[in-house]
Amino acid sequence: MDDSSATTKHEPAISVRNLHVRYGATEVLHGISFDICAGETMVILGGSGSGKSTLLRTMVGLEKPSTGEIWIKGRNIDRLSEQEWDDLRKKMGMSFQGGALFGSMTVGENVALPLYEHTELEPSTVGIVVRMKLEQVGLAGFEDYMPSQLSGGMKKRAAVARALAMDPEILFFDEPSAGLDPIIAAGIDNLILKLKEAFRMTIVVVTHELASAFLIADRMVLIDKGKIVALGTKEELRASTQPRVRQFLDRVPEPEVSEELDYLQMLTEERPKGRA
Amino acid sequence: MGLTDGVGRGTLKGLAYLGGLAQLGGRAAYATFVPAAKARRVRPTRAIHQAMAVGVEAIPILSLITFFIGVIMALQGAYELRQFGAIQFVASAVAISITRELGPFITAIVVIGRSGSAFAAEIGTMKVTEEIDALETMALPPVPFLVAPKFLAMLIMMPCLSIWADFMGILGGLLFGVTSADFTVASYLAATRDALVMRDIVTGLIKAVMFGIVITAVGCYEGFSTGAGAEEVGRSTTAAVVKSIFLVTCVDLLFTALFYFTTEK
Repeated sequence: MDDSSATTKHEPAISVRNLHVRYGATEVLHGISFDICAGETMVILGGSGSGKSTLLRTMVGLEKPSTGEIWIKGRNIDRLSEQEWDDLRKKMGMSFQGGALFGSMTVGENVALPLYEHTELEPSTVGIVVRMKLEQVGLAGFEDYMPSQLSGGMKKRAAVARALAMDPEILFFDEPSAGLDPIIAAGIDNLILKLKEAFRMTIVVVTHELASAFLIADRMVLIDKGKIVALGTKEELRASTQPRVRQFLDRVPEPEVSEELDYLQMLTEERPKGRA
Repeated sequence: MGLTDGVGRGTLKGLAYLGGLAQLGGRAAYATFVPAAKARRVRPTRAIHQAMAVGVEAIPILSLITFFIGVIMALQGAYELRQFGAIQFVASAVAISITRELGPFITAIVVIGRSGSAFAAEIGTMKVTEEIDALETMALPPVPFLVAPKFLAMLIMMPCLSIWADFMGILGGLLFGVTSADFTVASYLAATRDALVMRDIVTGLIKAVMFGIVITAVGCYEGFSTGAGAEEVGRSTTAAVVKSIFLVTCVDLLFTALFYFTTEK
């Protein structure tokens, strides 16, 4: 596809500026700011309920910020017209946690869908592109399988193939290794590394798997309870002395509640509704 | 204070629901009928596939049900008419009640049960598995992609099914007339033809189209508002069927009254 990334060499591919997101009355992200440079792999780390999935969903436009801005390729996504938003989305690909493959279509039809809807390519050409993409993710020959016939790892690979169909400039991954055994998860990590080397895409990965994160990341940002706790390269985070960062990286469980009053408060506290 | 409060809230919620339906229906209609709005090669195939599911596959069950309804109407009508020695009016009683009211209405009920629930379940499941989100991230807005083919299929199939239902209902009356009311096939059909006016059939068809719009809008709306989990899909499917039946009845009342009060005879 066209090489418009040359003009944006000096400005970040994605810029998150003082982002606040709420679900109903509950604020889930409290003022997140960071940049992602073109061609780098940024891993968003965090525990369950930290807000990392919300952050990813807001970046691709599935959630709206309550305050703050997200700039992608130099444009404020809040200010885009529908047509401009569509054009931007065609340059981004997203791989969802469960794959989100369309159950009524074969794997090949899933990958071909964006090509049929957004391009004027002949069906025979589309078929070639589909086979190419499936081969890139290691699923050559699986075009005629239905998603229900695939294993978890294969579904994720197929989802990546679909995200790659339009040769995106930015790829988003939501928990790519979640629920997979270590060998399959390593396969997915290798796939991401391959994409990094071959295409120099900007890659944004949300995960809580530390081993994967340190393997694939250029830089990482650790989110805890809706705030950034650490932002930097792999080495910087590994060397961090902040207690929350160390707790996450060293896999230290939450301390047992020993104070009676604290325990009582925990039992009787109102739980906030909505996802984090 | 609690009762008025509840009534007020309920009314507002109901109006908001109708507003949401109207918005969805409007967007679907826009996507279906405005050619500039991203007309795609793939769309006709999907609409045809939907039309098969909504229309063609409903014919066996619809035929049986409306045939039986025709027999039932004939029996009920004859029960009264024979007391006045007027049993020969059974043919017109069946014809008018079926074409004006029962044909379209029973068709709507059958289609709600088959397709209204299917729309809600399909879209609801897609919502739970993030397939709707995937469509959005691929720049394929869900309403034109998912709802418009269903909308188009329903608009075409509801009147067709309604006509077929009319036919089967009259056939049911015919069975009764020929076996128990001294009609021949020819005389029954002649009596039916004499009793029917174009207006009866046309009003029935208009109602059928309106029912189709309601069924699609409610089924898809409930699907899109499904929460997380399998239980939610069940809930939204049930809600789609129940609300469709209620709204179809309201629309039926509205249009029947409209047709009544706009006739000068």
